[in-house]
Amino acid sequence: MRSEPVAHPSPDHHPSSGRFASPPLIQITGLVKRYGSKTAVDGLDLKASAGITAVLGPNGAGKTTTIETCEGYRKPDAGTVRVLGLDPVREAAALRPRIGVMLQSGGVYSGARADEMLRHIAKLHAHPLDVDALIERLGLGSCGRTTYRRLSGGQQQRLALALAVVGRPELVFLDEPTAGLDPQARRATWDLVRELRADGVSVILTTHHMDEAEQLADDVAIIDAGKVIAQGSPEQLCKGGAENTLRFSGRPGLDIASLLKALPMDTLAAELTPGSYRVTGTVDPQLLATVTSWCAQHGVMPDRISVERHTLEDVFLELTGKELRG
Amino acid sequence: MSAETPTAGTYAPKPGAAPMGRMITAQAVFETKMLLRNGEQLLLTVVIPSLLLVLFSTVDIIDTGSGDAVDFLAPGILALAVMSTAFTGQAISTGFERRYGVLKRLGTSPLPRWALMTAKTLSVLAIEVLQIALLTAIAFGLGWSPHGNPLSVVLLLILGTAAFSGLGLLMAGTLKAEATLAAANLVFLLLLVGGGVIVPLDKFPDAAQSVLGLLPISALSDGLRDVLQHGAGMPWGNLGILTVWSVLGLGVAARFFRWE
Repeated sequence: MRSEPVAHPSPDHHPSSGRFASPPLIQITGLVKRYGSKTAVDGLDLKASAGITAVLGPNGAGKTTTIETCEGYRKPDAGTVRVLGLDPVREAAALRPRIGVMLQSGGVYSGARADEMLRHIAKLHAHPLDVDALIERLGLGSCGRTTYRRLSGGQQQRLALALAVVGRPELVFLDEPTAGLDPQARRATWDLVRELRADGVSVILTTHHMDEAEQLADDVAIIDAGKVIAQGSPEQLCKGGAENTLRFSGRPGLDIASLLKALPMDTLAAELTPGSYRVTGTVDPQLLATVTSWCAQHGVMPDRISVERHTLEDVFLELTGKELRG
Repeated sequence: MSAETPTAGTYAPKPGAAPMGRMITAQAVFETKMLLRNGEQLLLTVVIPSLLLVLFSTVDIIDTGSGDAVDFLAPGILALAVMSTAFTGQAISTGFERRYGVLKRLGTSPLPRWALMTAKTLSVLAIEVLQIALLTAIAFGLGWSPHGNPLSVVLLLILGTAAFSGLGLLMAGTLKAEATLAAANLVFLLLLVGGGVIVPLDKFPDAAQSVLGLLPISALSDGLRDVLQHGAGMPWGNLGILTVWSVLGLGVAARFFRWE
């Protein structure tokens, strides 16, 4: 299914409402980027507002190219990109101090210690965070005198996150911030991202973990084949992208026609096997109430009632296909 | 502040670049620290030139012409020191910074690229000052008696640094880090032998001499020798050769340097 992109959520969706008068954080119109004969980004439109925006997509969909264009690393072949209202290439000098970038790997002098590197990047900013507090917050104190090349993958990852936020940016780009982290470190990273948002820092997040996007993002953009194919809050995407299911058991032979009359127009109901019923449609609290009250009216005890809501992963796979990409 | 109760507002945005002078100083100090910490770099920039100076001054291996061997060798070794830092060391460290994404990382920091290159130059100059101080002390210990105008010496050293920096950065910005490592060391070795550093150029056949004399290392060692050994004024010919190498090297490097 290739659905129309879901409408961008209204600004009052964001916890930081009242800011909707400000220009969008990121405004991309008709972005095209080619590498040789390969088109990585193909007329992409994307708008991101304050809060946390997750950018999802299969490998090779054009996520990294899009993000790197916003960071000023790539020059668009066509289209316009504005980040905090600025052109990332022409107005790089004005933009760079205002953004923080977390690279997927590397970015640190191989002979530098974690605290040294962090202190150094802090010195390039006018009002950096307290480096000692940040080291403690991210559990980097245990790195001691170890140089970067000998740090564990998780430590390198947390250092990369610290380097992205130490300059107190307005906007942070996090490229797969929890890839390869253990569950504890993953939670700690999520907590920090939530704290950033609570303090008014906006975040653009790319990830392959759908639960991460579901947990953190106010807004999700799904990119495939160089275009945004769906965008909205995780709730909107799960509701709009696919149908949900409600199941219950009762005595066999219930009057399905009567149940259907009580339900909204686009809802389906069926007795799959004797005594086992399925309702498909937009499963919201109202629908659940309608089903249970219909059962009550007909003296039916709906046993094993369960709601199967589609996760972001279901929606993602439905939109981008299940086959493996090369 | 503990991990459990982060203070609200800790991360409240307050962006801004540090003043340019502070950024450049911080970057130069940091890069110098990294270079001084790197054992392979110190071998190349400090140990090898010092050993060659002591060895060839005290053991009669090569006929360096009339006069004390150290008077011939010290200028050549100073030229070698400049090459080891500005060319070989800078090529290798910058090549690996590019490979490890350090240049990319700094690309989104408030430090502009020109300021990064300025800091790299300052760091190279700082290392050279340390090298020259050490090698001069060793040379004096070996009975060196230099002549000439210090201004000519400084001018030669600066133009030599510019010429070698251009070539080193060209290599670092276009080749793979491993290739840069191998090529920079190979070039170092070849120029050490064929650039008038410890072997006088007049030991080579005439045809080779005229070509070798155009190399930046030959221009620098010959120029330094003219001044320090023979008390010449401005060695204009050698300064000219170094200027051409500087303009070419830095120009081509600026054109073809890839940051990622």
